Amino acid sequence: MIGLDPAETFRQEAEELLEKLEAALLDLGQRPGDADLVDEAFRALHTIKGSGAMFGFDRVASFTHDFETAFDLIRKGQIAAGPEIVTLSLEAKDHIRELIEDPISTSAAPGQRIVAALQALLAEGRQGAPAASQACAASEPSMPAAASAASGWRIGLVFALHVLRNGTNPLALVDDLRELGPCLVTADTDAVPALAGLAPLDCLMSWNVTLESSCPASAIEDVFMFVRDEMELTITPFSDAALINAAAPAESAAINAPETDQAAAAERESEEKPEPGRRMEGKGQTIRVQAERLDELMDRVGELVIAQARLSQLATAGSDLAIKDIAEEVERLASGLRDSTMGVRMVPMGSLFGRFRRLVHDLSRDLGKPVEFVTVGEDTELDKTMIERLADPLVHLIRNAIDHGIEAADKRALTGKPATGRIELSARYVGAQVVVAVQDDGAGLDTARIRAKAEESGLVAPGAQLSEQEIHQFLFHAGFSTAKTVSALSGRGVGMDVVKRTIDAMRGTIDVATAAGRGSSMTLRLPLTLAIIEGLLVRVGESRYIIPLSAIEECIELTPAIEARAKGRNFLDVRGDLVPFVRLRQHFGVSGEGEPFQKIIIVTLGETRIGLVVDQIIGSHQTVIKTLTKLHSDAVMFSGATIIGDGSVALILDVAQLLAIGQGHRDSEPTAEAA
Amino acid sequence: MSQIHTLSQASGAVAAASDARLRVLMIGLGSEILAIETSLVREIIDPVALTPVPGARQFITSLINVRGNVIPLADLSLRLALRRSPDTVDTRFVVIEIDIDGDPVRVGIVADKVYEVTEVAMSQSLPTPRIGAQWNPDLVRSIVKWKDEFVIVPELELLLT
Amino acid sequence: MAAILTVDDSPSVRQMVKLVLSSAGHDVTEAGNGAEGLEKAKGARFDLVLTDLNMPVMNGIAMIRGLRQMPALMGTPIVFLTTESDDAVKLEAKAAGATGWITKPFKAEQLHAVVAKLVRT
Repeated sequence: MIGLDPAETFRQEAEELLEKLEAALLDLGQRPGDADLVDEAFRALHTIKGSGAMFGFDRVASFTHDFETAFDLIRKGQIAAGPEIVTLSLEAKDHIRELIEDPISTSAAPGQRIVAALQALLAEGRQGAPAASQACAASEPSMPAAASAASGWRIGLVFALHVLRNGTNPLALVDDLRELGPCLVTADTDAVPALAGLAPLDCLMSWNVTLESSCPASAIEDVFMFVRDEMELTITPFSDAALINAAAPAESAAINAPETDQAAAAERESEEKPEPGRRMEGKGQTIRVQAERLDELMDRVGELVIAQARLSQLATAGSDLAIKDIAEEVERLASGLRDSTMGVRMVPMGSLFGRFRRLVHDLSRDLGKPVEFVTVGEDTELDKTMIERLADPLVHLIRNAIDHGIEAADKRALTGKPATGRIELSARYVGAQVVVAVQDDGAGLDTARIRAKAEESGLVAPGAQLSEQEIHQFLFHAGFSTAKTVSALSGRGVGMDVVKRTIDAMRGTIDVATAAGRGSSMTLRLPLTLAIIEGLLVRVGESRYIIPLSAIEECIELTPAIEARAKGRNFLDVRGDLVPFVRLRQHFGVSGEGEPFQKIIIVTLGETRIGLVVDQIIGSHQTVIKTLTKLHSDAVMFSGATIIGDGSVALILDVAQLLAIGQGHRDSEPTAEAA
Repeated sequence: MSQIHTLSQASGAVAAASDARLRVLMIGLGSEILAIETSLVREIIDPVALTPVPGARQFITSLINVRGNVIPLADLSLRLALRRSPDTVDTRFVVIEIDIDGDPVRVGIVADKVYEVTEVAMSQSLPTPRIGAQWNPDLVRSIVKWKDEFVIVPELELLLT
Repeated sequence: MAAILTVDDSPSVRQMVKLVLSSAGHDVTEAGNGAEGLEKAKGARFDLVLTDLNMPVMNGIAMIRGLRQMPALMGTPIVFLTTESDDAVKLEAKAAGATGWITKPFKAEQLHAVVAKLVRT
């Protein structure tokens, strides 16, 4: 730990706290009375302020202070957390982030404006409320005699009975006095009972110290700083002992004034409330690791898994039981290591979704369109690098949904829709893919206008025969925009082509579905390319292939009866459902008739199913996915390759592509997601 | 043989003088000899099991396992329209690394025989024959002379993409 | 060398405390909140406890009360870190059994001074 820079740790920590703060603020916008949320926001601000000051982020600390105070007042019920405070606090949060990122050159002006606005809000909100906390910053007890003494001090020390229990060591304090100058110490043991009646943790002794020093009285006070209110401390200069002796006890008594006690009791009450248990705060420490190192680790684990598969194969083929045992043990260890390594890389989508709440909040405010933002499937995990690459495309899609999709409130009223629009961002596993969808309940895509625009920009000849799907694909052309007026947010035609490119680069797809007047959805399908997956190893002709196990529903024997019933139409009757099937021999160009006892593997993706006819099922196989090079980008039926037990390469079937093939050309673009 | 004949016809014209010397690996492919820049060559291995890739382009229909890495195997004879006989004891896979769209990509190339690493002077290189060649002249960087033979220095990146 | 328990929900503060104190040869144990602090203190001996007050799950005051119930920690100095100059908070913590406090932001020297003041080995 020694080599780490606490300031860097603080930055990282502040980043997390700011995210929590934002989430709490946004929730607070919806549930203004929620005390847990106020607490959460307060604590985040409190820690940012405290730790910020520790590590030299002075501007952060002083700026945050006002907001911390504000939330303390909200916490104490003295002001309400209205929408103005939430919006202002969100701005403050952004400013804090800027201050942390660039503590020096970040302009102070926005901060001043925000603080001024906050002060105004507070003044307004607190009218009539008791101004109790204003007095909180009471100054330290003032010194009885600020002047320094000529030659020394007489000091009387009488401690409260319980100070030993509180960890105070009176002798250590006396030792501290010695550091100020030569001391003569006398102990008064009169109050100490006989051994039998002695409570060892009661402090019954008192001391008188004569200190020869020209130090100021404050230096002596400082020694007793922590116990100042649990003792009688008399400090008398040599010269005028009698006079101050009389004044001192009164002074120490004043510290325990009743009003302070009340404040303490109030504080105790609020501190003692049990903390809500829903937060998983105790998640332990985090360390930063370079992404490349994780990649390297993943590669090594991949190689290990491959080597282990080969070992297992050898062990199974042989007859040595001891080796079989070891092989099994290695298999268990390798699969554990694989899971943990993947776990390290996997991040729940929620970490990404959180960012968009703010985007929606701001857009909704700026455009004057009330929007309810719903997220589904935050727990869906995806490789960290993929999540990062998804951020920008999703920003574009959400922005478009609000700007173009959701209609203005008055227009919605005309069509009988609720005034508040709805945007749903969802993520889920579907087979071997993760599907991320942005869905709005707006007007839907204006297919005619997209077409007109495409014709206008020469992307397509007027009057050409195009399916809706084909027309929607124009949205992804660079510079394509149908917005009638260019707003500040979207409609500049940048974005959708970038979205498409990014998703393509991840070997993913985008489906557009729309229903006039009811909304539209953009569905991203992303493969789990980086992962190691469980696969079913099958043989087609001489070659072996992997089918992702997660996509497999069941395996059926292709009996002559089924063949007869299919009558060459390649449809299969699975318990009353007609499922198309694809003869892989045909698709993979394997010559000759199918072998006897072929199997049909039913795979599924979302709502569509398809049967894949293979010659033989070999068994399940832990599959380290190796992506195909760009030289094989035309081999669309495969999502990657892997190395199997005998060291040869097996291709991994891309179930989505095969499904598209199976669905036939009449319907090559899956539209099952239609809104 | 007609290939070489075609090349020698073009030998009269000499390329613009250049002192650059290129270290190359000489490999035999069908009736031709190709010179592969050694800076691209990562290793030379004995043939291993091939995995066909249905749907891939004809000259690059296989994958091989090279020490745990899955890489495509290219048969340039199909790209250059050279006739190749079946594998012999001399057949080798030459693993090279080229740049495709800014990313380094490893590719295996089938060689009927690997001759030697040598230096050729680019100053002696001959311009690509424009007439009579059976392949697209853009795929050939230049022709150099090596031991009385005409040797093709292919534009590997273009050849493979 | 002293055994020191630092309890703070802010990893950067814990890290700073640990950095400063362990470089002075002390053995520093970390805890992220009061409940964790109590857990770490169970069956252990510490020469000093440094704790934040405002923490999730269990705050510092509740933890201090808990620690004072443990025989091994009855007389151990417990110092809390606070951003407040608020006396009410200090009194509250003192009443719970705290020995003293350090005001945030603090510097390494202050930390050393407190340890030197409260830990006699």
